[in-house]
Amino acid sequence: MGRSERWVMYAILIILTFVVLIPYASIISVAFTPEGAQPSGLRFPTELDFSNFARAWEAGGFAYLLRNSAVVALVVVPVTIMVSVLAAYPLARMRFPGKQVLFYGVLAGIVVPYEAIVIPLYFDLSSLGLTNSLLGLMLPQVALFTCFGVFWMRAAFTATPPSLHEAAVLDGANSAQVLTRVLMPVSKQAITTLGVLVLIWSWNEFLLALVLIQDQQLRTAPSGLGVFVGQFATDQAGLAAAALLVTAPVLIFYLIAQRRVIAGMLEGATKG
Amino acid sequence: MTAATDGRRDVRDSVPPGAPAPLPRNRSPRPQFIAYLYMAPAVLLVGGLVLFPVFRVIGFSLYEWSGAGAATWVGLENYASMLRDPVLHRSILNALAFVVTYSFLPIVIGLVVAGIIGRYQLHAIPFFRTVLFLPQVTTVVAVGVAWRWMYSENGTINSLLSLIGIDAGTAWLGDFTWALPAVGLIGTWVMFGFCMILFLAGMAKIDRALYDAARVDGAGAVREFMTVSLPGLRPELTVAVVVTIIGALQTFALVYVTTAGGPGHATVVPGFLVYRMAFRAGDVGGASAVAVALTAVVFLVAIGLARLLREKD
Repeated sequence: MGRSERWVMYAILIILTFVVLIPYASIISVAFTPEGAQPSGLRFPTELDFSNFARAWEAGGFAYLLRNSAVVALVVVPVTIMVSVLAAYPLARMRFPGKQVLFYGVLAGIVVPYEAIVIPLYFDLSSLGLTNSLLGLMLPQVALFTCFGVFWMRAAFTATPPSLHEAAVLDGANSAQVLTRVLMPVSKQAITTLGVLVLIWSWNEFLLALVLIQDQQLRTAPSGLGVFVGQFATDQAGLAAAALLVTAPVLIFYLIAQRRVIAGMLEGATKG
Repeated sequence: MTAATDGRRDVRDSVPPGAPAPLPRNRSPRPQFIAYLYMAPAVLLVGGLVLFPVFRVIGFSLYEWSGAGAATWVGLENYASMLRDPVLHRSILNALAFVVTYSFLPIVIGLVVAGIIGRYQLHAIPFFRTVLFLPQVTTVVAVGVAWRWMYSENGTINSLLSLIGIDAGTAWLGDFTWALPAVGLIGTWVMFGFCMILFLAGMAKIDRALYDAARVDGAGAVREFMTVSLPGLRPELTVAVVVTIIGALQTFALVYVTTAGGPGHATVVPGFLVYRMAFRAGDVGGASAVAVALTAVVFLVAIGLARLLREKD
């Protein structure tokens, strides 16, 4: 490959990088624009002004919102992993009547649109007294993410060498021991990737959080921001600051775990 | 892990000592009923909170119900009035427009770029990959807020346009003509990096010898792409089509934040219609009918394309 050819390719990538980054740069510049000053397109403010963050933090109640999102994610991630691992094990390694039906049932759940189930979920959970509570949001989130999780973990367990499993059985291991001492340690990578993906999905989930919780203090960060947008539509700087507050945790997490996130999302999509 | 470690023994493990070693794994002729115990939590959760609601929403769609009080059985009337509803027609057309901007454009951009750079090993690819994937993990509501600003009257798009001498001064999202393409192009922005990285990963798996053979045959870059890269990318292409089309059909958060379906019904999409009818307009039955139709379309797309992939493999 010639030198000039190489530069053309880098030029293409750099242009695309700009296309991706411009909205982030814009919103960061608006968020730091002092109140009263008219924010404008490409100009960065000369001095950093944090008052928009303080104002949004107060007005939107982001202390509650971010805490709620963290609580939801911290429960949803381990529970989803646990339920998925347990269900994937027999699907990968056991023989029992109805296996195909159960597998396809879970698989179908991957493509069920949230829009379809949010209506009955709202009315049924509300008659159980589970709307307006974080628990009532965690349960359907776990259920929806488990559909993918079962599928994902089944693929991982199926890929582990059967000889490991067989050796453990010959040593007298029962099924629980095979799972916890053989399959799970060997599938550590897949389990971690699943956790990373579920964490991002749970943090970013919007529709269920918007519908199932009405109490502003119980909302999660994205749904709280959604409502905030309606209330403070004209406060560009405050909105920009609020949006950064909501997405910053997940972006920081992404930058730390990026290899696993990208590989997981590509692989997850390919296998799904 | 409590359920897994409660000490219950596998059926297969209770073979008396001295008996011949049981056949390992799935080949065991005896069913392992402990499987149901392992699957119970997932079956209860997915069955109760994902699959059962699908049947519930089908039930809802046969009633006229405001969300409170008594519901009236109306049979298929909600579907009939749905088919007559001009707003629904508009939302279907808008969803099709989103299929173009969420699916077609990102796939074409991804293919072209992957086709140009995928044949070579470039340095710094990890950096570009990290950046190009950012929109995939950014909270959609925050993406919406950023683009509200980008498209606003004093926003970045108009500033960029004035750099090349166009003084549009348009508030793009409030414009009846431009709102739909404007929102749709946010989908392109979200999806193209994903498609491109997916295709690059796919091209890395293609046998180098095929490229060498094409070159020996005197194939140019374009023919090489058409005869080697494109056929080799079929699995990734199918994935990209399924993921992006389903994403386009299920658009909700982006429309909710940027335009709320407006101006007029210019950017209304089925997902937003479901939300508005059920939770704003008190037409739970009508919303459920739209939801059922949407689910049916998504299932058909997913199953149809998955089958297409399997047949060709």
